[in-house]
Amino acid sequence: MDHILTILVFFPAFAGLLGFVVDKGSARAYGIAVATIELFIALWLWMSFDGSNGGMQFVEMLPLVPDFGISYYLGVDGISLFIVIMAALMTLVGMISMSIEKDVKNMIISLLFLEMTMVGVFVALDAIVFYLFWELSLVPMLYIIGAWGGPRRVYAAVKFFLYTFLGSLIMLVGMLFLAYLYHDVTGTWSFAITDWYALVLPMEYQVWLFIAFFMGFAIKVPMFPFHTWLPYAHGQAPTIGSVILAAVLLKMGTYGFVRFSLPIFPDASVMMITPIAILSLIMVVYTAMVAYAQKDIKQVIAYSSVSHMGIIMLGVFAMNAEGISGSIFLMLSHGIVSGALFMLVGVIYDRLHTKELDNFGGLAAVMPKYATIFGIMLMASVGLPLTIGFVGEFLVLLGFYKVSPMMTIVAGLTIIIGAIYMLSIYKRTFFGPITHDENKKLKDLNSKEIVSLVPLVMIVIWLGIYPKPVLEPIDNSVKALVSFMEKKAQTQEAKDIIVSTNAGEDK
Amino acid sequence: MEALLSLIVILPFLSATILGLSYLVDSKKNLSNTYYATIALTTPAIVTLLSFVLVFKMSTMPHDTPLYAHLFDWVKVGQLHIEMRFMLDRLSMIMIGFITFIGTLIHIYAVEYMQSDEGFGKFFAYFNFFLGSMLLLVVASNPIIMFIGWELVGLASYLLIGFYHKVSSNITAANKAFIVNRVGDFGFIVALGVLFIALEGQGFSFEAIEQGIGGLSHSTLSFVGALLFVGAMGKSAQIPLYVWLPDAMAGPTPVSALIHAATMVTAGVYMVARFGFLYNEIPHIGEFIAYIGAFSALIAALMASFERDIKKILAYSTMSQLGYMFIAVGLGAYGAGIFHLFTHAFFKALLFMGAGAVIIALHHEQDIFKMGNLRKVLPQTFIAMLIATLAITSIPPFAGFFSKEAIINHAFLSGHYTLWIIAMTTAFLTAYYMFRLIFVVFFAHSTKTYPHLIPLGKMIIYPLIVLAIGSATVGFLGIEHGFAHFVALPDRATPAPTHLLEYGLMGLNILVALGGIALAYRLFGTNPEPPKANIPIKALFIHKFYVDALYNRLFVDTLRSLSIFFDRVVDGAVIDGILGLLTGGYKDLGAKLASFQNGTVKTYATYVILSVSLMSLALIYLLEAQ
Repeated sequence: MDHILTILVFFPAFAGLLGFVVDKGSARAYGIAVATIELFIALWLWMSFDGSNGGMQFVEMLPLVPDFGISYYLGVDGISLFIVIMAALMTLVGMISMSIEKDVKNMIISLLFLEMTMVGVFVALDAIVFYLFWELSLVPMLYIIGAWGGPRRVYAAVKFFLYTFLGSLIMLVGMLFLAYLYHDVTGTWSFAITDWYALVLPMEYQVWLFIAFFMGFAIKVPMFPFHTWLPYAHGQAPTIGSVILAAVLLKMGTYGFVRFSLPIFPDASVMMITPIAILSLIMVVYTAMVAYAQKDIKQVIAYSSVSHMGIIMLGVFAMNAEGISGSIFLMLSHGIVSGALFMLVGVIYDRLHTKELDNFGGLAAVMPKYATIFGIMLMASVGLPLTIGFVGEFLVLLGFYKVSPMMTIVAGLTIIIGAIYMLSIYKRTFFGPITHDENKKLKDLNSKEIVSLVPLVMIVIWLGIYPKPVLEPIDNSVKALVSFMEKKAQTQEAKDIIVSTNAGEDK
Repeated sequence: MEALLSLIVILPFLSATILGLSYLVDSKKNLSNTYYATIALTTPAIVTLLSFVLVFKMSTMPHDTPLYAHLFDWVKVGQLHIEMRFMLDRLSMIMIGFITFIGTLIHIYAVEYMQSDEGFGKFFAYFNFFLGSMLLLVVASNPIIMFIGWELVGLASYLLIGFYHKVSSNITAANKAFIVNRVGDFGFIVALGVLFIALEGQGFSFEAIEQGIGGLSHSTLSFVGALLFVGAMGKSAQIPLYVWLPDAMAGPTPVSALIHAATMVTAGVYMVARFGFLYNEIPHIGEFIAYIGAFSALIAALMASFERDIKKILAYSTMSQLGYMFIAVGLGAYGAGIFHLFTHAFFKALLFMGAGAVIIALHHEQDIFKMGNLRKVLPQTFIAMLIATLAITSIPPFAGFFSKEAIINHAFLSGHYTLWIIAMTTAFLTAYYMFRLIFVVFFAHSTKTYPHLIPLGKMIIYPLIVLAIGSATVGFLGIEHGFAHFVALPDRATPAPTHLLEYGLMGLNILVALGGIALAYRLFGTNPEPPKANIPIKALFIHKFYVDALYNRLFVDTLRSLSIFFDRVVDGAVIDGILGLLTGGYKDLGAKLASFQNGTVKTYATYVILSVSLMSLALIYLLEAQ
């Protein structure tokens, strides 16, 4: 199969189009079948992927607008491979666990369309193609929140859309300007990211371009202080929307930093380490504390999600193999764990139609399976060793320690604060006496929920005990990235930092 | 041999998984207790057997050739290369030997203790999980894997403290234990990070670290050593991170015996001994550790002397004995510290199990002042507990005598007289509060009868007997420093005492213990009075120095109010407020602009005239400029 990436990107959208003629009653089964096939294609991609090669693989290239150097250009490396697989997995799992009855067919088609955009973003190697998928992903999510959300869904959907759209527009300006610079220097037009890598930019251009891209990515992550759209969106979104949003869409932002900012603007990235690290630290500690103050369980998970994204950002800007590999791994772990946690919140919401912690309590006695799976995911979220959450967090902290010991120690407080708010919600939800009579008759997980959650539990434990199969390809690509940055960096300061943080590396 | 070593760790995890899954799947409770008990007991029994085989095979080998078992590469990123590899040297041999042996006895005891509990299967899933985690901790060949075990035993402890989860206060205790331990773990992991980076990729197994630290600066080593000890403070309940241990007694008594007395809480001592080569480079940090240990020992003994809950008395006594161990390892007497850890495991497990027997027999009564005269109705339990008490008060020839004496004498001989005085005072208090417990529970109110006593079965009594024999005899291993020579740790040397001094110190130790017993008999022998807060100093002791209240005010309340402030004010008002101003401003601007297009011809005509004249002006200006 020469065009496996094309198939991977467009199969769900194509199947989604066909979905319009599928009977309403079987839409769900159809969607699950399509998502399963998509997951198998993604796994097949992994099987045929050469883990020891740090470069781009399965590259496809077809000029679209040759005059402006825009081409249909796809490829995958260790950094994007697993995010793609995770996107496919979470779409499938989300669909299986979905409890929505209203307009199921529309939901399935939206999800399949969304899946195309998510896969597309992570395999695109042309900035315009990347941008198209990036923006297109907003549409189905807008629809999912706006049509199936809570009482203030329209406000939340519009806030989500406008906020991220504003950031993307600034990023687009940056992209156009970068292409123009490329034309200025080389005399040809190109939007290929790999071509941009080769472009050596003067410092002042780097800084401005960095900031333009930063606006697009940072709002998506979302970084402090651009994060307030996220809890709102989660608060109103249906479970499936939150799952996809937390698991995959946020990763577009951090992925963007790795794919664009670091290799294209290495000097500016090094210059920006401190401000970005400060914002990340605020994200880590401050949002964790905000999470502790929430009364609504979904808001706790939403804020904790922001807090963990702070650790990921810190890893990306550690500028060394430990930090960046760790943050890629953490993106996967955060995707699976926060996705699972949102699904778990959905489970209780389906039964009680409330997310207020005060309405829970004592649920472990009536829903032991639910309590167990929730407990495992919670432990993964607080980074307990031998769950998926520990490896990435540990690597990131270790990586960033080389940059700044003090900041790392502050970030490490997440180990303590994370445990505080997570154990507190676990206690209020599952332990103590049952105070509400209607909770005594609650049913434990049904087969649909078990089928969707158990695979995630298995992944969480498997990759916690044995992370190597995933970590090795990531590390190879990251090493290539880091040594590239080291070569490309112009200012002595940037070179020094990249070299010193990677001291002793075998190249 | 390598396979045996791996199996010792893997088997308990495996059976924990089987038990846990069985319990979850069997929602109708069809599976009998026998099913769970069979699996739960087979595993520790096999593991004990395996570890004994290993210990006997290995103890004939020279001490500097440990056995390694490599399972797989765990993480290999950048410079970091962490193997999942186990190491069996003399130290871990001792550890796995007594952990599996005492662990098995407590498992047997727990089968009867927990028999009527609906969470029987779950309990043993957690219990086996704990055993696996503890074994992982002690056989880890590098500190990262050790940290994994370290955190997992914390999880097991959390789950088991909160085992009776329908009572909110138990969960509060469990959360407290987990969070306080996480504070310690934070220190531990930061220490590991600093150490790893300072070593610049020279490898991170214990043997590589030992070779690598020669090149590190003194201040780096001190920093690492101090932070590692923060981890130990959390796990081993030392000042200021001890507050979780008394509350942890909310768990079932077998848990207190296994986790919060014999094994997990000693992990901190084990860790310091494991890093002995590092602490030998930084004796001033070692001294700090010894002082923390000494104060913890003293404070805990004071609190125990005024406590009335039988399990909490034992909890404070555990903290106090751990303090002794830290005096030893802090002063570089690693062999003596590990020896006390070893003997303590026997007599403290026995004390808890005896207390559990009393609690069960009396329908879950834990207040010692509601007991009395139990010597006549629970004779076997009484004898077992008496032996354990004699051991902990260091009356020869019981186990604690040899190990505690080694520590106290080491403090004296190395010239740390303050530590020695604190240790002696604590020894006096230990004898006092332990015999206070014995007199109040088993002797006082000699006419008291118990018509509704629950009879104790064999599975409770037999483990007590085995441990009683152990508590009476394992001390002999320490004669002529035999134990310390065997573990072959890098002890720092002290001047050898003269025979006269040695006998003098020994006699003094025994006298102090007898003095404590005599005082306890005088106050509590026949007609005990519960402690009353009638003078301020006593109130201070009874309220545990108000430390819990202080921590609540200082940390818990501050965190909560700051969190609420961030949520309501910063996130809600400031950030969203600014955002609202921006969007609101945009809206206002739009409304203002909209007023220009009001649809009347007159306004539009004005615009036309104005713009035409402006353009003309501009044109004229431009032309003139040329």
